[in-house]
Amino acid sequence: MSFSELAIILLSTVLVNNFVLAQFLGLCPFMGVSNKLESAIGMAGATTFVMTLASICTYLVDTWVLAPLELQYLRTIAFILVIAAVVQFVKMFMEKTSPLLYRVLGVFLPLITVNCAVLGVALLNTQKAHSFFESTMYGFGGALGFAMVLVLFSAMRERLAVADVPVPFKGAAIGMITAGLMALAFMGFGGLVSLQ
Amino acid sequence: MIEFIFQNPILSALIALGGLSALFGAVLGFAAVKFKVEGDPIVEQIDALLPQTQCGQCGHPGCRPYAQAIANGEAINKCPPGGQATINALADLLDVEAPSLDSEHGEHLDVKRVAFIREDECIGCTKCIQACPMDAILGAAKHMHTVIADECTGCDLCVEPCPVDCIDMIPVETDLKTWKWDLPATNQKPVFHVIAQEVPVIPLETNVIATDLGRGSALNSDKPDGEKAA
Repeated sequence: MSFSELAIILLSTVLVNNFVLAQFLGLCPFMGVSNKLESAIGMAGATTFVMTLASICTYLVDTWVLAPLELQYLRTIAFILVIAAVVQFVKMFMEKTSPLLYRVLGVFLPLITVNCAVLGVALLNTQKAHSFFESTMYGFGGALGFAMVLVLFSAMRERLAVADVPVPFKGAAIGMITAGLMALAFMGFGGLVSLQ
Repeated sequence: MIEFIFQNPILSALIALGGLSALFGAVLGFAAVKFKVEGDPIVEQIDALLPQTQCGQCGHPGCRPYAQAIANGEAINKCPPGGQATINALADLLDVEAPSLDSEHGEHLDVKRVAFIREDECIGCTKCIQACPMDAILGAAKHMHTVIADECTGCDLCVEPCPVDCIDMIPVETDLKTWKWDLPATNQKPVFHVIAQEVPVIPLETNVIATDLGRGSALNSDKPDGEKAA
């Protein structure tokens, strides 16, 4: 596992196989928490944190518990369990050790438990048979891509809120259209790097 | 034993998931004890009842420190902007007898007031700007100051420091923008009051129309026509 391979995984998950715009995972927070730049940054930070941790934990559970017992068919439910526990633990830990960080990210943490991007990254890791470092990098890269797109999108929506949009397109409708255009723009990254 | 578990997929699945759940439960239980935060919800509740003028007339730098002090046993009658209504609400929350307002800290005025700077007399000393807890006074050194009326909570703190006494506290006149329902002071949610206030208005108006048009028969306008025709 060389450094360049890890860098390629990072680049490909952030830009080419972006979780939101190319794999369409985690669309609920993408549409739901992007009305304000401030809350989008909070959500992005919390998700980055949890996705990286969750991909590490799910890798460990998959390799050391599920694989030896040949229980791979229980992955989904086991991963949900792991993610819920990790999120809750992070919330408690953060509340105690860093009240400031907790005040910024705290409200978003419970939301992440049901974020499909987090479960998606765990399942994709096992599907692609990633090693430990690859899994971590994949989770971190995916989270970084999610964070970037969420922040960019919320900045756009803040502009859209004051733009003169035709009445039928006001609100969520123009948000959806913008997200679609953003996905089209990200298709331009396709073929930038190729794995294997 | 271990071989038996490995050969029995249902048993191994149960043990694996059960073990994971028990492990996470134990970790979270440990974390709940280890990382317990000493939150004090009573301070939040008291703070919610205080008027948030941040005027400092109680002797504390703001409403939240006063809420903290009340939680530590300080008297609850030191808040002039809140008046008797706030004292009653606090007494209700803390389950104590409601004292009357301590006049040492100022008097409660029923009329909402805002500061007003007589601008031609202002010398631009910025002393009132420094005194204002709400940042509601606008101005710069040696330039005229003025008050943002919407931000002003009427706390009087700017009146004292003014060297030329050019600040008046003027009552806010009720107009279409500032008028509010005079709701009875209970703990119910305001939405109920609004409904309760609106309901009697409808029959009242119909009565007025009815009496105007003569002897209440206008309520059922079909009837007189029918009688005439008969």
